Amino acid sequence: MENMVNIFLFGKKYEVPESLTIMKAMEYAGYQLVRGCGCRNGFCGACSTIYRIKGERELHACLACQTKVEDNMYIATLPFFPLVKQVYDIEKIKPTEQIMMQLYPEIYSCIGCNACTKACTQGLNVMQYIAYAQRGDYAECAEESFDCVMCGVCSSRCPAGISHPQVAELARRLYGKYLAPETQHLIDRVKEIEDGKYVELIETLMNKPIEELKELYNNREIEK
Amino acid sequence: MYKYTDEQLASMKKVEATRKERLEKLFGRMTADEKQAVLKENHPDYIDSAYEELKVGPNKGGKVLHELADLLQGKSRVIGMDIDLSKPDYDVDVLVIGGGGAGSSAAIEADNKGAKVMMVTKLRIGDANTMMAEGGIQAADKPNDSPAIHYLDAFGGGHFAAKHELLYKLVNDAPDCIKWLNELGVMFDKDKDGTMITTHGGGTSRKRMHACKDYSGAEIMRTLRDEVLNRGIPVVDFTAAIELIKDTEGKCAGAVLMNMETKEISIAKAKTVVIATGGAGRLHYQGFPTSNHYGATADGLVLGYRAGAKLLYADTLQYHPTGVAEPTQIYGALVTEKVRSLGAQLVNKNGEAFVYSLETRDVTASSIIRECKRRDNGVKTTDGEGVWLDTPMIDIIGGEGTIEKRIPAMLRMFGKYGIDIRKDPILVYPTLHYQNGGLDISADGMSTTVPNLFVAGEAVGGIHGRNRLMGNSLLDIIVFGRNAGKSAGEKCKSVEVKDLTLAHVEDFAKELDGAGLKPEKLSPQLLPNYTKQPAI
Repeated sequence: MENMVNIFLFGKKYEVPESLTIMKAMEYAGYQLVRGCGCRNGFCGACSTIYRIKGERELHACLACQTKVEDNMYIATLPFFPLVKQVYDIEKIKPTEQIMMQLYPEIYSCIGCNACTKACTQGLNVMQYIAYAQRGDYAECAEESFDCVMCGVCSSRCPAGISHPQVAELARRLYGKYLAPETQHLIDRVKEIEDGKYVELIETLMNKPIEELKELYNNREIEK
Repeated sequence: MYKYTDEQLASMKKVEATRKERLEKLFGRMTADEKQAVLKENHPDYIDSAYEELKVGPNKGGKVLHELADLLQGKSRVIGMDIDLSKPDYDVDVLVIGGGGAGSSAAIEADNKGAKVMMVTKLRIGDANTMMAEGGIQAADKPNDSPAIHYLDAFGGGHFAAKHELLYKLVNDAPDCIKWLNELGVMFDKDKDGTMITTHGGGTSRKRMHACKDYSGAEIMRTLRDEVLNRGIPVVDFTAAIELIKDTEGKCAGAVLMNMETKEISIAKAKTVVIATGGAGRLHYQGFPTSNHYGATADGLVLGYRAGAKLLYADTLQYHPTGVAEPTQIYGALVTEKVRSLGAQLVNKNGEAFVYSLETRDVTASSIIRECKRRDNGVKTTDGEGVWLDTPMIDIIGGEGTIEKRIPAMLRMFGKYGIDIRKDPILVYPTLHYQNGGLDISADGMSTTVPNLFVAGEAVGGIHGRNRLMGNSLLDIIVFGRNAGKSAGEKCKSVEVKDLTLAHVEDFAKELDGAGLKPEKLSPQLLPNYTKQPAI
């Protein structure tokens, strides 16, 4: 028989196997999830959850699909958090310092409490990437925030009302589009295709009998 | 530190002991005959007892897995409902069903055509397999590569079964799609001079795997989502399409929608419809765990089939060779193929390599199953068995820091359970990963049998044939998502919708009755049920 632990889902007590994640423990308890469940693999940020272990002061944040239950865990899910997402035209904006001031001026109200970083379910240095955004250093902001799953827990803890994941999203798009080095071999290849350079080559392949294609495939040269 | 069993720890020691030797000598590739043999003997697609013949519908007489047959021939949710089609709640040009990469790409391109677009998704935009694709996206954009070479790799890897016109489009449009994503702001891994950092995937003959660390799909998905929101395209979330609507001329003309929380029904009328509902991993075919997201229940196949859309290769599934076998908490989760692209080998319980690491996925998965089930060389795990994936080889080959830099998601996922993949190998076993088959379309993205019904992404069949190469599905959702969006956005300009009808649903029910089928199971399934409570 598997070891059981007591957990408290929204305050109500359930006994569940200790090997389960919070998400699976909720299902074990009988919850049919619609909200607060997406990829179940730690990539989508749907299952933000806060918890506190009975008797401890610290409040923890996690992804329910990536965190094991513990005895005496008080759990509340945070399936939605009202982040502010400003709309913009990626073709028209430029990667200047001003754009952050225009779209997300609240980042300059950061009081440096670091609650965002402490709460991050991905263990990112959130306050640091906001500092990069304040300075208009979008390359660093993009890199530092890259593993963000946009779960919104950071923002739920922020006294300045910053929507950190959206700030980072803007920084990454600015970096990817305007600041990262251009890829010449990609531009060249797209042009060649537009000019129809490969049409004949592929069509010739397509029209070959299957046996000949098998021969070609099985003996093709493979890059080391 | 994760609590491995003594047996697992002893086996892990053997893996360490042979590492140096294995680094120097790669396991050889299989011949074509050897591949066929291991597939026939071990691949789940070859287990006849898992399949049954469809009794009704456009693919009557064709074989699909039991779990899918139950849904395709299931009971419609609208039967017995009082539905008034004369006053639609939404009236749009293009209705996109599905909020993943294909649906978002389609919505953006239809918007570019000036169409009035609306997306509906049963969870949130971005809750999709796209978000979870780790390894990368293929495109032949390097000087030593060409779309023709990409074509041959994919055609052979798919067992020479891909539909020519679709595969042609996939490889020929690939570089432009990378450029499109880059211009939307997707951060591809690049060298300082802008050269794309590319690697091999299983079955590729050129290094054409582009990546965004091991968050490739997530980076693409969040960028597309941001773009959809910037454009103000309405996204009706937590709302499932439960049936397609046609007009009296038989053209697809909308969908019946259901709020996932309140169960409220609404009607969307549209000039064209795009099904971009993704895959079916959550049906857990043949009892496999899955790497798929929560909503992957083949809904689009069911909606399309009932409306008369033909399926192609619905009998073939992809079992990703490396799902997590331990820890049990993340059983079935994806371990990206990129781990092997970067040099990690597959090793049995005795510390012996048994397959070349980058054979195509079906061959590699079959080899792992053979090693465990037929040769008794698997390591016992909480949920079954598995083999080792020797991750510490990566930093030895690529230099210290390679894992941290190139596969941070893997490092984090295992790190949460006290496993440091830089130091210790991990246990893996095949996991249900991808639906190779789906709805049959022509090169313009439209169903071959239902006018004005477009399909994109994993819900399409025939692009890859009977097996798909790594990196060709992130590619296909972009290529065929954009394609469907452009086609649907153009087509809607000349469409005149007649009176709406659900007669096809009633006809299908009659057909079921005529075949002696009295289904109780409601379909589409919408979500899996992991509780002991009755399904929604």
